[in-house]
Amino acid sequence: MTSFDEVLGLGDDALIAAQRLGQWCARAPELEEDVALANIALDQLGAARLLLTYAGELEGAGRDEDALAFRRTDREFRNVLLVELPDRDFAVLIAKLLFLSAYQRLRYESLAAGDDERLAGIAAKTVKESAYHLDHSALWTVRLGDGTEISHARMQDAVDEVWPYTHELFADAPELRAAWLSTVDGVLTEAMLRRPEDGWQPTGGRDGRHTEALSYLLAEMQVLHRAHPGAHW
Amino acid sequence: MSDDRRLTGPAQVPAHEWPLWEVFVRPRRGLSHSHVGSLHAPDAALALRNARDLYTRRQEGVSIWVVPAAAITASSPDEKDAFFDPAADKIYRHPTFYEVPDGAAHL
Repeated sequence: MTSFDEVLGLGDDALIAAQRLGQWCARAPELEEDVALANIALDQLGAARLLLTYAGELEGAGRDEDALAFRRTDREFRNVLLVELPDRDFAVLIAKLLFLSAYQRLRYESLAAGDDERLAGIAAKTVKESAYHLDHSALWTVRLGDGTEISHARMQDAVDEVWPYTHELFADAPELRAAWLSTVDGVLTEAMLRRPEDGWQPTGGRDGRHTEALSYLLAEMQVLHRAHPGAHW
Repeated sequence: MSDDRRLTGPAQVPAHEWPLWEVFVRPRRGLSHSHVGSLHAPDAALALRNARDLYTRRQEGVSIWVVPAAAITASSPDEKDAFFDPAADKIYRHPTFYEVPDGAAHL
């Protein structure tokens, strides 16, 4: 039996990633990249809706996707810290998306083959999207890492900054880390980037202990719903 | 004649701008690729991905070609008359001089 917390964690990862990606709308370096990031954000949002709806049913307390997305406080969110980190620049966005999508692809792949038919269906649909997100972020990692001196330095900074937060991805699924490392290593090597040493391993997201960045993100995401409960377009 | 690329060579792209690519999409098997529009991208691989996002997100295609816009040699609007007009008055080029046999429904 799949637990409410497990599905909620997957749904919150997708929802918070979608909100962060959505913040790039009209701010990406080129119009074409703007559309690509918005597409990826909408993929994540679509996955979040399916997962949160299912989580609400597993909980059995009458909460639907909207109740879970808009009426919880930061301490009730179960996403990993990685997805809530602010996108300081385009390189950080790309590093986060690379690490997240490489993980999501493996996680959804294994869930698609799992016993829970409902979750397997959601995962089978979503895994193709994750493969595309990985492709997109890997292409950019290589172009920035193996680009100019400045783009290389900024991409390496981004990878170094985000790396500690990747450990939390495997708290629920430690068996996936070897395959994840092999994917990520391949991209970093092609991008002429150095894989950071494993050191500090911040956690807490899955228990509701988040960085302050999540509170600001939620304030923006939830303000309309909280001001006008039950409003419809 | 500034729009005639045969005379001016490939359009000069400012260093800070991505080059322009023309996009061709095949809607389904058996049909040929058709021009659907253009986009900017730093290289061919990203042009292909951008084309996927911009022109096939509602399942419009099964195959995409991207071509550097600078690689296309186009006829000039100023030469329209010399290029295309003579075709119109040569009536023997149009298949109107024979009877279609009975029963040949789909000619």
